[in-house]
Amino acid sequence: MAIDQPASDALDATFLALADPTRRAILARLARGEASVTELGAPFAMSQPAISKHLKVLERANLISVGQDAQRRPRRIEARLLAEASAWLERYRDMWEASFERLDTLLQELQRSARNSRRPSKHRKLTKRNRTP
Amino acid sequence: MPMAIDKAQVSQPSDREVKVTRSFKAPRALVYKAYTEPALVRKWLLGPPGWTMPVCEMDVRVGGSYRWRWRSDKDGKEFGFAGTFREVQPPSKLVHTETYDPGTVSYAYPGEPALVTVTFDEADGVTTLTSLIDFGSKQACDAAVKTGMTDGMEMSYQLLDRLLADKAV
Repeated sequence: MAIDQPASDALDATFLALADPTRRAILARLARGEASVTELGAPFAMSQPAISKHLKVLERANLISVGQDAQRRPRRIEARLLAEASAWLERYRDMWEASFERLDTLLQELQRSARNSRRPSKHRKLTKRNRTP
Repeated sequence: MPMAIDKAQVSQPSDREVKVTRSFKAPRALVYKAYTEPALVRKWLLGPPGWTMPVCEMDVRVGGSYRWRWRSDKDGKEFGFAGTFREVQPPSKLVHTETYDPGTVSYAYPGEPALVTVTFDEADGVTTLTSLIDFGSKQACDAAVKTGMTDGMEMSYQLLDRLLADKAV
């Protein structure tokens, strides 16, 4: 896979943008819808200029863009970068199936031990007979 | 007679909802019990391998709340869900809110509450569990399903994959 220089620079910008947990969290939030700088900064113990610095890094990497509203200036994620829905549903299903397989096993165990505890007292009689005096 | 669904099926009835269905060879009352008793819930509601459930509190009655917390064996990170029961009709139906709790994944944003409707239907000794999750908006649904519960790291890998595919010559 050959990559030309401008594309290589773009990848560097992306790696830099993603190499920070605050910026990753901002992207995850924007995946749920656009937000203003104030909204994005809310969960962090960070100054406004510090958040704005992070946003500039993300903008330079073309991972987010600025909306039209001149006052609010909402940030939004570049939609073309989100993954296809079907692959995600598959993973979501696999996660549930992992839990359900365990539930299956548990239900069988619970039914088995319920059947065992209902077994007739023939077993107890045999034990009494074999008990040493 | 409904067909037994022995592997989880997931669908999207609308762009803000996800439906999960699965059948079990057990009476409805037992499946409901396994779903609502904390000592049983923490044995199976664990997702993929490598997680334990250090917190599983459930007050299953209308207005009662629950709290679930999972912990990674690998790095000790924790996250969870919490909410309140809106409807409780044993052994056939539960309705509860569900809010994501980012826990020690401290830089993640808390989520908006989803509404979960769980129904248990029995026929010929087979119980079908249906869970309908209404995330409230397309965006919240996309975030929860597409980005693996708002995990910023996971999303970043997907972005990189796409970019590498776009930039390849």
